[in-house]
Amino acid sequence: MRRALVGCLAVSVSAPPLGLFLMLRRMSLTADVLGHGILPGVAAAFLLAGLSVPAMAAGGLLAGLAVALGAGALSRATGGREDAALAALYLVALALGVAMVAAGGGTMELTQLLFGSALGVDDAALLLMAGTATLSLGVLAFAWRPLVLECFDPSFAQAVGARGGLWHMAFLALVVLNLMAAFQALGTLMGVGLMMLPAVAARHWSREVGGMAYAAVALAVLASFGGLLLSFHADVPSGPAVVLAAGAGWVVSVLVGPVDGVAARLRRRHLAG
Amino acid sequence: MKAAGTLRVENLTVCHERRPAVHHVSGQFAPGSLTAIVGPNGAGKTTLLRALAGLHKPQEGRIRATDRIALLPQASALDRGFPIGCLDAVMLGLWRETGAFRGVTLAGRAQAEAALEAVGLKGFQRRPVGSLSAGQFQRVLFARLLVQDAPVILLDEPFNALDSRTAGEMLALVKTWHGEGRTVVAVLHDLELVQRDFPETLLLARDPIAWGPTAEVLTAANRLRARQMAEGWAEAAADCDQDVPEQGRAA
Repeated sequence: MRRALVGCLAVSVSAPPLGLFLMLRRMSLTADVLGHGILPGVAAAFLLAGLSVPAMAAGGLLAGLAVALGAGALSRATGGREDAALAALYLVALALGVAMVAAGGGTMELTQLLFGSALGVDDAALLLMAGTATLSLGVLAFAWRPLVLECFDPSFAQAVGARGGLWHMAFLALVVLNLMAAFQALGTLMGVGLMMLPAVAARHWSREVGGMAYAAVALAVLASFGGLLLSFHADVPSGPAVVLAAGAGWVVSVLVGPVDGVAARLRRRHLAG
Repeated sequence: MKAAGTLRVENLTVCHERRPAVHHVSGQFAPGSLTAIVGPNGAGKTTLLRALAGLHKPQEGRIRATDRIALLPQASALDRGFPIGCLDAVMLGLWRETGAFRGVTLAGRAQAEAALEAVGLKGFQRRPVGSLSAGQFQRVLFARLLVQDAPVILLDEPFNALDSRTAGEMLALVKTWHGEGRTVVAVLHDLELVQRDFPETLLLARDPIAWGPTAEVLTAANRLRARQMAEGWAEAAADCDQDVPEQGRAA
């Protein structure tokens, strides 16, 4: 349980800034697709090696990277209808993954893989989560400027030779890695929540990318604490509990956040009227 | 500053979705010249400009550029809601010095602040670009061009959707660049403006119709020919409707 908390806190520091860039690039759906995309890989590893962290991590990583590359190729091949192709992809991946786990194991394992289990975090998983967080923060610190430029003004980025495409691929690889890390505690379906919900909520706390990243991390840390407490006391699987806590943070942000929050808008209208 | 180098195109053909958008263009933007690219919608004006900036690979022919090129993209191609402050956006123009990793020097920062002031946005350093009007946003992009300090400057519809005061001030900046000996190329729609302020013109209708001194290029005969060619594509496009929006974007 304590391992789960430390692991979730580590992921809370690295995943939300990635989610932020996904949101800013209007790629929120992609996180979902990658989250589902790792499931067949995890399931295959589970069938071959049981609930072993290194095997499942490797399987998930391979599957996630394949989906990330495939999604890009697919959207080019189908002429830009990216969202539809991605939706199709993640439904297939989810069904395939669930079918594989169900064939090889029981409902217990299926629940654990999909929704996470705080007790499932062993030392190997904890190392994976902490290592991922360290690596992600390092890469983000280095790649911050190219990522911002590529989001804000892609033609300019290309014109000055910023190699946006290369950074983008590295960025997607980090997303996969973080989803893998989050999956150990939160499950494949719910790991995405800790990445995207704080990022979406952060929009209401700052007008600058840097401020948003801090806000997203703070919200994710709170959600990890709150969610794991809820999971422990109310006997809810850890994944949904953390995501619910993050969801609560999002609702609060929408209501009282200083940037475009409901309360801020009402107050402004009141002052204007 | 030293005189700008040449920007030559030799038999350039650039394709969009396997259809030629710019066809067999040859010629030279003379060092220090101020040239307008005009033509009907879908004439490949933007495509040509982006090819000059190195964003599209030529299908045939080549581009010879001996100097650094700065590009002002169409404002609609940018994410105007992106959470970035004006000063940070302008400092991205320092990319040549900073690259992806190096820090912005104090001198670079001062340069960006001076550029913001020069475009009339003093005090806007911390303002997010999302809160700017279209005119103010275009001023930020011009400030970034100032910071880039390139000998060759390419402008894609620089005065579109600007109020007349902003357009006038930005045009004055363009003339300053011209006076400094930089080579400036702008895609424009407003022929009156071109006739008044741009000494050279390239009239493009996928194929080059005419290229030279503005008065000799924008004759009634040349403009009629460009229009007739555009009508020719409209009929051809009736067979493949789905490509029409693509053409619009390429315009």
